[in-house]
Amino acid sequence: MKRKVRNFFRQLGLMLLVIWTVVSLVTLLIELVPGEPAAAILGETATPEQIANFNKKHGLDRPPFFFTYSGESGFKWNGADNRYVDYWVGLLQGDLGISFRTERPVLDMIFERYPSTIQLALASMLIAIGIALPLGVLAGTNKNGLIDNLASFIALLGISLPTFVIGPFLVYIFAVNLRWFSPTGSAHPEDIVLPAVTLGAALSAILTRMVRSSVIEELGEDYVRTARAKGLSERTVVYKHVLKNGLIPVVTILGLQLGVLLAGAIITEKIFSWPGLGLLLLEDGIGKRDYRLVQGCVLVISVTYILANSVTDFVYRKLDPRIRLS
Amino acid sequence: MTRLAYIGLTIAAIVILTAIFAPLIATHDVTAQDLLTRYAKPTAEHWFGTDALGRDVFSRVVYGARISLEVGITVVTVSSIIGIFIGAVAGFYGGFVDKFLSGYVFNVFLAFPGLLLAIALVAFLGAGLGKMILALCVIGWVGYARVMRGQVLKVREYDFVQAARALGASNKRILFTHIMPNAVQPLIVQASLGMAGAVLSEASLSFLGLGIPPPAPSWGTMIEEARGFDILYNAPHVLFFPGIAIALTVLAFNFIGDGLREYLDPKQRTR
Repeated sequence: MKRKVRNFFRQLGLMLLVIWTVVSLVTLLIELVPGEPAAAILGETATPEQIANFNKKHGLDRPPFFFTYSGESGFKWNGADNRYVDYWVGLLQGDLGISFRTERPVLDMIFERYPSTIQLALASMLIAIGIALPLGVLAGTNKNGLIDNLASFIALLGISLPTFVIGPFLVYIFAVNLRWFSPTGSAHPEDIVLPAVTLGAALSAILTRMVRSSVIEELGEDYVRTARAKGLSERTVVYKHVLKNGLIPVVTILGLQLGVLLAGAIITEKIFSWPGLGLLLLEDGIGKRDYRLVQGCVLVISVTYILANSVTDFVYRKLDPRIRLS
Repeated sequence: MTRLAYIGLTIAAIVILTAIFAPLIATHDVTAQDLLTRYAKPTAEHWFGTDALGRDVFSRVVYGARISLEVGITVVTVSSIIGIFIGAVAGFYGGFVDKFLSGYVFNVFLAFPGLLLAIALVAFLGAGLGKMILALCVIGWVGYARVMRGQVLKVREYDFVQAARALGASNKRILFTHIMPNAVQPLIVQASLGMAGAVLSEASLSFLGLGIPPPAPSWGTMIEEARGFDILYNAPHVLFFPGIAIALTVLAFNFIGDGLREYLDPKQRTR
């Protein structure tokens, strides 16, 4: 019990340390911007007064960190009155700052878009499961047969084709030629299908492989022989007994992949102009040089990714005694 | 090695030779525009057709191989050198150094979604080849470091290392002359998979407009330029050829990596 508690706090400590590093990195990255952010936002025609006002409004006139270093004056200690501390204080109060462009709270802008990204990630997960379960079972029950080879080939394609290749290809087939879906946007409920398939392709490939190997492994177990000996149909054996046991590792992968999907949605959202967090980061953040918004988006996506992975890891340890003991 | 690994080697060899001999293979100037032949279908003159500005897609795909491999080789070389050094130090010295590096630094880099970190770095630094390579190295080194650390932990316990220590060899000599040459073998697998990852990341960043700016013929940029509805309707070949080129190259290096892993690990060998 003592060891369990110690392990839990160690994992928690590591997670908090990682989050602290990510926040620090994101806060300090703005210092890498060549020139001044104000000049990038206001343009070359901005007067020194306008730049000074902008810097004052967004706190950019204050020192970036506890100390600064310049070739001329060397190290200078700034104390706690710096932007790094400001960002942390704001963050702990649920404030990610004000957008450089729209002057709206960054957190509001993120919350407006986040549901779309989560919706896309969940839809792609559903599609991946819908493809992988039957395909994996068929491949596993027909080991080395035609269906197995075909499923392996499809899985290989899903893993090796990047989303920005799959997406436009799907648009070409289903939007341009067949006209079943809109090529971009989210005006109709069915518009989520192409982005979700694009985002879920790699996951469905990974899951197909996992379900296949799980089914093959489970089919060799004694309980399967018993079930068959009892006279159960092959369908009942596979779907009621084998699949139930074979799905444990699949569930774990799904949890781990949720973070990957949320982070990977950036490219898919760009392909389909899906109004999620990725598009907000790319178009409103990076495209318009709204560095405060970029900070917020990167932070929220990374922290979600870290939390999703940590929670899955924790649940998996709890569920599987072999992992827990090791 | 497996059959797939040989297929991978063949494709990779073709891509590498295409990149080296690009000036001889390309049929047109990659930036030469001919607005009268926009979106031309594949013909004897333009084997892969032409794009929105009438540029020859075949020549651009050929030169695209050069960009992808340049980025891939540079990223793999730089990040493997950094990773090997840091991993070796962590594994060899152990103690606090190892706890800090493998317990904290490695975990931070592994916990961060790689492409997002690269996007963030390029977003703040600005787009361009050098900055993109820097961003990809920042996310790439940790994979090598982790493998190297594990290898060094194993090799440092071997008898010949103990013998060298007994003979009075210095830590530096033991690490660089005795341990490292015997520990780097599995990194070849990592390098091959890293090559696939770097090619993919370069194309992804270029697709997002954060990589090599146009008119350089990066495969990612070519796909980004080809994904408009009208272009897909009138000239799908503009998307098709760079897409196939990326997929084949990534697949080839993944096949080689998987094949090498199986070859180097007798437990995984099927034959």
